[in-house]
Amino acid sequence: MAKGFKKTKMLTDTPFHYCPGCTHGIAHRLTAEVLEEIGAEGNCVGVAPVGCAVFAYNYFNCDMQEAAHGRAPAVATGIKRVHPDKIVFSYQGDGDLASIGMAETVHAAARGENITVIFINNSIYGMTGGQMAPTTLEGQKATTCQAGRIPELNGNPVNVAEMLAQLKGPSYIARVGLFDLKHVMEAKRAIRKAFDMQINKKGFAMVEILSTCPTNWGLNPIDALEWSKNEATKTFPLGVFKDITKEEE
Amino acid sequence: MAKLSFNKPLCKGCGLCVTACPKKLLSLSKTESNANGYFVAVIENEEACIGCAACATMCPDCVIEVER
Repeated sequence: MAKGFKKTKMLTDTPFHYCPGCTHGIAHRLTAEVLEEIGAEGNCVGVAPVGCAVFAYNYFNCDMQEAAHGRAPAVATGIKRVHPDKIVFSYQGDGDLASIGMAETVHAAARGENITVIFINNSIYGMTGGQMAPTTLEGQKATTCQAGRIPELNGNPVNVAEMLAQLKGPSYIARVGLFDLKHVMEAKRAIRKAFDMQINKKGFAMVEILSTCPTNWGLNPIDALEWSKNEATKTFPLGVFKDITKEEE
Repeated sequence: MAKLSFNKPLCKGCGLCVTACPKKLLSLSKTESNANGYFVAVIENEEACIGCAACATMCPDCVIEVER
């Protein structure tokens, strides 16, 4: 019998340390599958963040570099400039990319660095125990805003994809979800496109993936996906916010 | 007929495969748990499996392999 579904060789055999039902695992697998599809085996360098995905270097079967908190796009910039023929990607969470690393992210995008950024947005700080993140939704409860996020007191959530799409540098900015099979396949296509942009030297590409955090949201994994689908998309609508190849057509 | 194989030690019993299955064949075992203490996903009526790999696509921990 033929293999209908087999784990990609771009992932190692190390078991994921993520909580049950955390969609980090799906995002890891989709990224690894795309790397295999584009033939990046032995020719790619990933940059791991600080956050839940801090051990990403144990999971991706390629060269990996751990960056200081939030500095993954800056490290990826350096790697790409020294090795322009390598596929370089960073894999970051929202606390890493949208909070401490916001400056690096915005400037890497503005410079149009030829890298791919996978941005996992679960609207909470997962690893440190569910504190309010820049992407926490209005009214969403977290350990540091127990009555729910109040914009007058805690500020508004940051829509990273929309913000970066305003810049001239990026070639492809999209937001995808992992709610069900259909959205997972769409997410994979978006990640593929982001890597194709890098191969074609079009410049900075980012895919924002709406992820879940069942543990810190206080929901079971299935309800967490529903919540992500119904609530998170109100603040973070899915879609392609910038695609320069489409503008050229 | 398709064949599913579960890498049970990796299963965390999250149940995402259970909701993904279009034929509703998967469930979380009520008796069988792995070394981490999670009740693992099992298939009840394997003959009815159509091998669509929806479960494997939604599994966050690469537990399921599909042959068809």
